[in-house]
Amino acid sequence: MAEPMTAMPASPQPRQRRRLVRDLKAMPGFTATAWLCIVTLYLPILVLIAFSFNENRSVVLWTGFSLDWYAKALENDGIRNAAWVSVKVALFATVISTIAATMAALATTRTKPFIGQGLVYGIINQPLMIPEIVTAIATLSLFALVKKLTGLNGIGYLMLAHAAFCIPFAYMPIRARLETMTLTLEQAAADLYAPPLKVFTLVTLPLLGPGIVAGAMLAFVVSLDDVIITLMIAGPGETTLPIYILGAIRRGITPEINAVSTILVAVSVLLVMLLFIVQRRMQR
Amino acid sequence: MSDREPQSALAAAIDQNKRNERVTRAWLLAPALAIILAISILPLGITVVYSFLTPGTYGGVTWEFSTDSYVQFLFQRDIFDDTLVFNSAYVSIFLRSIGLALGATLGALILGFPTAYFIATKPREQRNIWLFLITLPFWTNLLIRTYAMLLIIRDEGIINIMLMKAGIISSPLTILYTDTAVFIGLIYSFLPFMVLPIYASLEKLDFSLVEAGYDLYANRLKVLFHVIVPLAKPGIVAGCILVFIPGLGAYITPELLGGGKKLMIGNMIAMQFGASRNWPFGSAAALILMALVIVVLLVNALAARRGASNNG
Amino acid sequence: MTGTEIARDRKAAVSARALSKTFGQGDYAITALDSVELDILENEFFTLLGPSGCGKTTLLRLIAGFELPTQGSISLQGQDITDKPPHRRPINTVFQNYALFPHMTVAENIGFGLRMLGKPTAEIKQTTERMLALVQLEAMAGRRTDQLSGGQQQRVALARALAPAPKVLLLDEPLAALDLKLRKNMQLELKSLQAETGITFVFVTHDQEEALTMSDRIAVMKSGKILQIGTPRDIYDRPTHRFVADFIGDINILEGTVEHTDGDLATVRLKDGSMVSAHLGPASARSGDVSVAIRPENVRLASAGETPTLTGVLENIVYFGAATNLHLRLGTGEEIVIRNPGAVDEGRYQPGATIGAILQPELIRVLE
Ligand SMILES: Nc1ncnc2c1ncn2[C@@H]1O[C@H](COP(=O)(O)OP(=O)(O)O)[C@@H](O)[C@H]1O
Ligand SMILES: [Mg+2]
Repeated sequence: MAEPMTAMPASPQPRQRRRLVRDLKAMPGFTATAWLCIVTLYLPILVLIAFSFNENRSVVLWTGFSLDWYAKALENDGIRNAAWVSVKVALFATVISTIAATMAALATTRTKPFIGQGLVYGIINQPLMIPEIVTAIATLSLFALVKKLTGLNGIGYLMLAHAAFCIPFAYMPIRARLETMTLTLEQAAADLYAPPLKVFTLVTLPLLGPGIVAGAMLAFVVSLDDVIITLMIAGPGETTLPIYILGAIRRGITPEINAVSTILVAVSVLLVMLLFIVQRRMQR
Repeated sequence: MSDREPQSALAAAIDQNKRNERVTRAWLLAPALAIILAISILPLGITVVYSFLTPGTYGGVTWEFSTDSYVQFLFQRDIFDDTLVFNSAYVSIFLRSIGLALGATLGALILGFPTAYFIATKPREQRNIWLFLITLPFWTNLLIRTYAMLLIIRDEGIINIMLMKAGIISSPLTILYTDTAVFIGLIYSFLPFMVLPIYASLEKLDFSLVEAGYDLYANRLKVLFHVIVPLAKPGIVAGCILVFIPGLGAYITPELLGGGKKLMIGNMIAMQFGASRNWPFGSAAALILMALVIVVLLVNALAARRGASNNG
Repeated sequence: MTGTEIARDRKAAVSARALSKTFGQGDYAITALDSVELDILENEFFTLLGPSGCGKTTLLRLIAGFELPTQGSISLQGQDITDKPPHRRPINTVFQNYALFPHMTVAENIGFGLRMLGKPTAEIKQTTERMLALVQLEAMAGRRTDQLSGGQQQRVALARALAPAPKVLLLDEPLAALDLKLRKNMQLELKSLQAETGITFVFVTHDQEEALTMSDRIAVMKSGKILQIGTPRDIYDRPTHRFVADFIGDINILEGTVEHTDGDLATVRLKDGSMVSAHLGPASARSGDVSVAIRPENVRLASAGETPTLTGVLENIVYFGAATNLHLRLGTGEEIVIRNPGAVDEGRYQPGATIGAILQPELIRVLE
């Protein structure tokens, strides 16, 4: 009433601080739950890693930073042997399973659909569908029988078992890569008079490269991390790093275990990060 | 019919081509199939045979037919008069395992669904980071992760220390070597299996359906349960199966966090091939576990079929 | 405001005051709506018309409550609803992609709104049946929505949005996905549905013909602003902006200078020196250089003995059944199109011939 001169605006003045975005997707408590999951997934591992650098023998009280436990772990003959066994087995399993998986992936994507394709998928993925403990004792039974019949012993059994359960892991990314690759490039090469084998070595294989690398890395990580099957079938002198760690935990918790565990985790994480980068490349 | 000649030549060429393709395919499939058949599937047959044999004295088997392994599940043979007495020990291990696996599945669902939804509603760049964070633990050693969990839930673990420092409790909570520890451990181990398939189905969700829900007077909770959850059902079912099955056959988690006292099927089977040495009984137990898994998968497949035929 | 005077006695269903919406911040900010003033009346078929990206969907989403405005307010029947979430507004939407729930049958989709409102089962059933009959889909009640054709899905979406008897129904280019024939049918059906139900329809389209045939009133939008609101005739015959004139139908635009004005009539000297009298819009310039507009059908060929308003050289003759367009090049270089009903005498009207045109004076507009 005091200021009749300024015309009243037709609308109320926009309020000072109002919400400008309405997020209809948001659900109450979901963000907190997601963060809780991340904390749950990572806190234990981070604590483990932290205490691997603890100067004290205690895995409870932090006293100071040191690399002593890594030095101790690297000097430990048991750990060194186990690491060597792990690498040997994983390399063998990776090579065999990647070759077999690549061939199988070519057969299931680069030829026409065939009768029994479902069965083939089923067989290749079988190691993923059956509880590992069942596969473990079944394989143990077979190997025991073969050993008795042939008298042959050695680490070959363990390597073969690893190769078998690594195949589906190697197969997945290779098949995925083949399915997204168009046939046109291969057809173009064939059109330019390249014989099938040349088409394969000059066109298919280089394009498939990232898929094969991804498959091999997965196979390596899976073999390196295996516990149950190895525990069941590894003979004396065939202790892998995870089996060594399991034994050590059963004997009592020491920071040395934390150090070895951290190394093993670091190897896996590095490989998986590399894998992510390779896959990013693949998507482009 | 003058063109008969070239036609049949063409047909022959196509035939030849098909035959060639079949041969190539057979060679390409051979290594993978041979390895898996020999090392994973053939042994299952041996396990079936072993389950009907008599245990050897120092492990292994003696080749004498017997159904004792299966009888032993439910009954105990009286040493003196050979009568069968009901024995609940093994049945209860199975029931415990099923209960723990179901509980862990439910727990993982309660944590995993909101997480998957949260990720699916993030902008694309952030989604990849979150997915990476969820997937990474899956690729790190399960044994080490379980050991790490053991470190923090121990009586002297940081959870108890922090709770005591905060004055919430005066003496440490005993979690380790209890069912609770196994339950927590199973959720922790298999949570990513729950998040990823649910995320995959939520990522495809058309959010205009969510808007349609609000538009038609549903509040947040109603939109969640009448629109979002039903549409994410395939992912939820897949996630539950992916957590339940490895949960049921878990070995490492009960071994470390249950302290070998709180047995699950997996440990029981392993024991038969170790210290207590009854391979036929272990084989039978493994087959029963496998049968359980197959039943779950079959029920799911049938339900999926029924759902599909309802649609069609 | 423009257009509101037509029906001042009717109440506004939806009003927007100084409504603005900006997406993003800083350098990436996009102003999707810029100070929109709007009154949509009760029981009217109101259309938002404009090219893609002009902010139609944004305005609709603000009315529905899916987004919050950056500034300004929205009211429904006089009540401020600016901050109300969508599920508390008695307004329903027919989505452009229909957004039917794939996990529900047709009947469940239609009953969803009532179920969420907690209505008794019997009432839900009854209303659902009524709605199914309304859109002639009784036979489809138990079907899944993905088993329906596009036109049927469209009807389900419509029935679902109408079932809770909203005060206002929002439709975002609901016919865009349908083929031409179906679209024509649906246009008529929508129009009669609106008349039958008496619900206020706010309809979005970028198709001017659709807007003209269906609407009681049209708001023409450009770059987040409403340029003109009016009945189809207002918009067509009395466009106030060059953009509106151009966007709806064909138009001839000529440059000129205002000589003098008398009420809402102006005498304009065109570039070639001829004088025409033209209607002034409410915001047209009353002096100086202006543009005047006239529809081709309001220009006719001068018959022998008549003094033409303008003369030019015939460049092109385009015959299309009901009419013939004659393109004339004026001495000033400007082009003008004459729409002659039916065919013309091809012997007399040859390219290169000099021809006179007469502009119907009452239908010339001075643009803003
Ligand atoms: N969620 C959003 N984020 C950023 N910009 C948007 C968003 N929605 C709409 N816009 C922008 O606002 C403008 C108007 O969009 P819209 O209302 O969808 O136009 P119309 O429906 O008329 O085609 C466009 O420039 C569009 O890119
Ligand atoms: Mg739009």
